[in-house]
Parts: sequence; structure tokens; C-alpha cells
Amino acid sequence: MNEVLRVENLEVVYNDVVLVLKGLSLACPKGEITALLGANGAGKSTTLKAISGLLECEDGEVTDGFIMYQDEPIQKINPEKIVRKGIFQVMEGRRIFEDLTVEENLKCGAFTRPRSEMAGSMEKVYDYFPRLKERRKQLAGYMSGGEQQMCAIGRAIMARPELLLLDEPSLGLAPLLVEEIFEIIKKINSNEGVTVFLVEQNARAALSVAKQAYIMENGRVVMEGKAEDLLNNPDVQEFYLGMGKSGDKRSYRDVKHYRRRKRWLG
Amino acid sequence: MEYYLQLFINGLVVGSIYSLVALGFVIIYKATKVVNFAQGELVMVGAYICFSLTVQFHIPFVWAFVLTLAFSVLLGLAIERMVLRPLIGEEHISVIMVTIGMSSVLKSLVQLFWGTQIRVYPQVLPSEPFVIAGLPIAPVYIAAFVLSGVLFAIFSAFFKYSRIGIAMRATAFDQQAAQSMGIGIKNIFAMSWCIACIVSAVGGVILGNINGINSQLGHLGLKVFPAVILGGLDSLLGAALGGLIIGVLENVCDGAARQLLGLGGFREVAAFVILVVILMIKPYGLFGTKEIERV
Repeated sequence: MNEVLRVENLEVVYNDVVLVLKGLSLACPKGEITALLGANGAGKSTTLKAISGLLECEDGEVTDGFIMYQDEPIQKINPEKIVRKGIFQVMEGRRIFEDLTVEENLKCGAFTRPRSEMAGSMEKVYDYFPRLKERRKQLAGYMSGGEQQMCAIGRAIMARPELLLLDEPSLGLAPLLVEEIFEIIKKINSNEGVTVFLVEQNARAALSVAKQAYIMENGRVVMEGKAEDLLNNPDVQEFYLGMGKSGDKRSYRDVKHYRRRKRWLG
Repeated sequence: MEYYLQLFINGLVVGSIYSLVALGFVIIYKATKVVNFAQGELVMVGAYICFSLTVQFHIPFVWAFVLTLAFSVLLGLAIERMVLRPLIGEEHISVIMVTIGMSSVLKSLVQLFWGTQIRVYPQVLPSEPFVIAGLPIAPVYIAAFVLSGVLFAIFSAFFKYSRIGIAMRATAFDQQAAQSMGIGIKNIFAMSWCIACIVSAVGGVILGNINGINSQLGHLGLKVFPAVILGGLDSLLGAALGGLIIGVLENVCDGAARQLLGLGGFREVAAFVILVVILMIKPYGLFGTKEIERV
């Protein structure tokens, strides 16, 4: 079994009416970093929330398709149980508990783990992020955006997941910090052997660490491949890396129809 | 002078009971953002259960007290499971209205089982007063004060150091993020109602030992509002101090009004006058959180 996560023909509906995912399929090979790229509103975050079960509290529902985690369907399970199975999501916008200290935030990350691991996990987090150690007694709300993102990833390390879901870790960070965060994600992936599924708008940063990537638009995957192939693909360069030659705005819709095969037919 | 000192001490004791009840109120508010209007009725139910066990079933007081606590846990679970869980995801205002309804139901149940007349607890502690600094103080007062202090210390430590306590604070801040950590927020809600029922029952039992109980005991819940508003709706320390301050102020104001102006019954309004003043000058209370703003 070398796919930790497999999503097939997933459909998600919000409020019983809004169809956000329209037959999405993808897979995350074990121990690798897989990226999911796309513009605003493409359904990236919804995909992650469907996997981690957090859709439930937003009135979203999986209406079709499966999510298989280690060959076991998980699409109807509540988020607490999913965390216990080894899937941990770092949510978009960091979602730090602002009136808890850094250390208490990290302890929350280890909520599902045995107490005996706590000290060891905490040391590990401080090894990755020495800055958090300096600030461990400080209220997390007073930290800078970058430090809060470190804290959010730190919580994930505390949970010792098999599969780590990251929702836009670069959001609102300076370019230098983005690079630092992605270096650490890569390090966590190789040191801990954790499979990473990364959702990003910052395509360049994501493709620099990912092994393969999916590009989605309008609730469907429209392109997939090895990260370096996508980096060199002229369409991707134009639409996601900002290297287009023509000045006029075009939609992805206008080009390369043949690439956009409907996945449920293929 | 001695008159006022005595009032002050009475105020501290009554205030420590307010603090306990306020603690329950704050815990529910912190974890679930529900303003619980049935808090006073929880006090009453606890008091009547303990009364019933000691007087009607002749169980020794200590055991009756322990059983009351156990009952409170069950009551908390039942309320959360049957009344509040179906309301998850509904408007806050509907949940608050439900707590008002619940207060009527609890009150009627108590009247149904035990009638409306005043019931008196059997003497548990000796009535011989201790003399502290020239003032006679009843042992039950001292016990009340100490018990409240101990409970506060326990719960403060619980929220600061225990894993579940921290998880409760996390849930209070951001439910969805807490869920993403694998924290079962339904369990956290149930837990906060259990704790609120326990501290309220303890408050009720103490009150019963001091004054006796009747079916109007639930009005105590109203007195808790000034206390929590003064202390800050989401602060444990605020609940403790707010309760004590309100207790002392209402006793001293009442005494002063009685002695200087010849007016009785000022006790009932003093707390609410204070409430209005606080809302005007410091709406977050003494220790309530203001939003953290990063600049």
C-alpha cells in the first residue's frame, strides 16, 4: 500500500445547494509531499476539510465519492476520530488559540496522544522552531504572523500524524518567511516520515517542495503531474507562476481543452 | 464600627457563595458562550437534593453531600444531552431562551416535590461561634468561606495545568480549531455543564446550612449577574472577586441605609445599582478579555 490517501469522485455540497467539489479525485503517496494548487474559490480548502471531517461544522456534506485513508473510507467520520486515526489539519489562517500561551497551544495539539510523549514532542517542536521556545510562556495572540504559523505547525508535530494537511501555510507571510516555513515543512516530511498534503496559492513555493501536484479549478482537478513537469509547463507558468507574455487576462478555460478531460471519464 | 465589620464578614460569606455560583456561570459562558439563566435554579436543585437525602432519607450529611455532587454530575450531563445538544448550531439567543425555560421547569419540579415553605437543614457544624479579633463568627461561615476558596483553587489549577482544562479554554476560543486538534467539543460542553452544576450545588448546600432553603432560592441566580459583569464575563478570577465584592457591598450598603437613613431592603437593589454603574464605565468588567489586537 503506497497511497496513504485516495480521494475518488468527491462531491461536496454546502447548505444543501452549493456544489463546491464536482467529482474530485487525487491521491497522496506515502511519505511524499503532494501539493494542491488553484485560484480562490476553486475548492482547495473544502477538499481538506472534507478529508479532516471539519466540513460538518460548516454545513457542508460529502454527497458522493469516497475518501480512503489507508484503504479505509473516512468520509462520514467525525473530526475527533479522524485526528485519532492520524490525520491532522493545520487550518487556513493559523487559527491559534490567542489567549493561551504558546506552550498551552502545543499541548492542545497533543490532546489525542498519550501523556508520556508530551515532553519529547515538545522538545522536537522546539528543535524545529527555536523561536517558539523563547516565547513559550507568552500569549500566542501577541506573536507575529510567522511565529503564529510556526506555532500552528508545532501543534501538528505534537499530534504525530501520519498524514499532515496544510492549508495555505504561506498566507500573509513575507517571502523570506515563506521560504523558511517551506524548508521546515520539507524537513518535517523527511525526518518524521509524515505524508504531507499541501494546499497553496503560492504555486512556486509549493512546487519547490512538492514531489507531485494537482491543479484544480471549479471543483475539479484540471491538471496533475510531477512538480518539475508542472513548473515547466507553459500554461502553469502563465496562469500560476505569473510568467505569461500576453498582457490581456485570459481564463484557463480558453486554452488546451484536451488537457481538461473530465476525470470521471478518464 | 463593629456593626460594619460584622456586615463586612457576612458580606464575605454571602459573597463567597455568589463567587461559587458565578464560577459555574463563567465556566459555561467561557466554554460555550451560553449565558445560563438557570444558574440560580441549579443552586436550588442541589440544595434540595442534599436536604432530601439528609432529612428525608436520613443519610449522614457527609455522604449526602457526596451523593449530591454525584447527582449534580448526572444533572449536568442530562441537561447538556437533552436540552443543549439538540440546539448545537442554532442561534445563541435561542439557546439563552432555552435556559430561561429550563429555570422555570427546574423551579416547578422543586415545588412539586418539596412544596414552597422554608426547609431547614439539620445542624451540621457546632453553633458555638469562634471569636476572631473580638468578633464572634459562626463556624458554618468559616467553613463556607474556606470551601469556596478551596474550590476556586482547584478549578484555577484545573484550567491552568490539566489537559482537559486547557482544551476547554481552547474550545472557548475557537471551536473549529479545537475540533481540528481532536478535541471532542461535545464532551467539553458536557464537562462544563457538569462543573457548573457541581459548584452550584455546593453553593446551595452551604446556603442551606446558613439560612435554610425555599423555592425562591433560584433568585440568587440574578444576584450573580452583577458579580460576573463586575468581574468580567469570562474570567475565573473576576468571578471570585466579583462575587466577594458584590456580597460585601450589598451587605454594607444595606446596613448603612438602615442605620443612616432608616431604610430597609436596600440589599436587594444595591447589587443592581452597582451593575448599572459598571456597565456604564467598564463594560468588559475588571478582568474580562478585550480582544487581543496586534499592532
